[in-house]
Amino acid sequence: MTVELLWWDGCPSHPEALAELQRILVEEGVDAEIARVEIEDDDQARRERFPGSPTIRIDGEDIVPPGEGDPFGLTCRVYRTRDGRISPLPDPEDLREAIRSRVG
Amino acid sequence: MSLGIGDRAPDFTLPDTAGEEHSLEGPAVVIFTCNHCPYALAWHDRIADAARDYPNVRFLAINPNDAERYPRDSLEAMRERAEREDWPMPYLHDESQEVARAFGAKTTPDVFVLDAEGRLRYRGAPDPDHQNPSLNASWLREALDSVLAGEDVARPETDPIGCSVKWRQ
Repeated sequence: MTVELLWWDGCPSHPEALAELQRILVEEGVDAEIARVEIEDDDQARRERFPGSPTIRIDGEDIVPPGEGDPFGLTCRVYRTRDGRISPLPDPEDLREAIRSRVG
Repeated sequence: MSLGIGDRAPDFTLPDTAGEEHSLEGPAVVIFTCNHCPYALAWHDRIADAARDYPNVRFLAINPNDAERYPRDSLEAMRERAEREDWPMPYLHDESQEVARAFGAKTTPDVFVLDAEGRLRYRGAPDPDHQNPSLNASWLREALDSVLAGEDVARPETDPIGCSVKWRQ
């Protein structure tokens, strides 16, 4: 399993996203290295199809796929938690579900 | 350069989403905020509730972001949002970014509480955790209660947390 955390320094959520990702991988018994990819400019954001920070991909797939037509660029990503709140981080259960779907 | 605690805030006049101009007056809360940042969005309802609960305090929400690079922060997008949502405070457009620079705003949100003389009495985050709505903008409310009671603010500064202000390049 490949696990990537794409992040941008202008958004303060990435340390928390990394900690959450590490925690859930351990809880799910998955021994995977997290590739951290810093996105530094708009060109790189477009090349990497980066919809905002943080973006977590497992086996190349975004755990919360962005909407069609959502722009790529240097921004903080807006997530919704399962109880409907707006958050700078994905809901931990979305993350857990994405990991579980890969480990079967 | 950032406004320090006890400093007098710079005077300004900015238009809201309907084109009406607003200035600082009396005790006030100035919140630099925007449409696209999840931190600003997560804290918005708590700040709006505080604005409703303190009707004698002027709350001014200011969007300072570069709308060319962040179209979701354009005046048109601000207008659409203010019309769609029930805002208890004007949503001002700082197109030149001069007001944000004069205050030393760093993030969205970044909260400044001013007393009746326009002096800065609190600057920082609305409360300790953007993820916890029950905190109810407690730091902002504590500061306002002290200012309105003529007392010192026990916690005059906290770290503003949010998306960086999007300065023009």
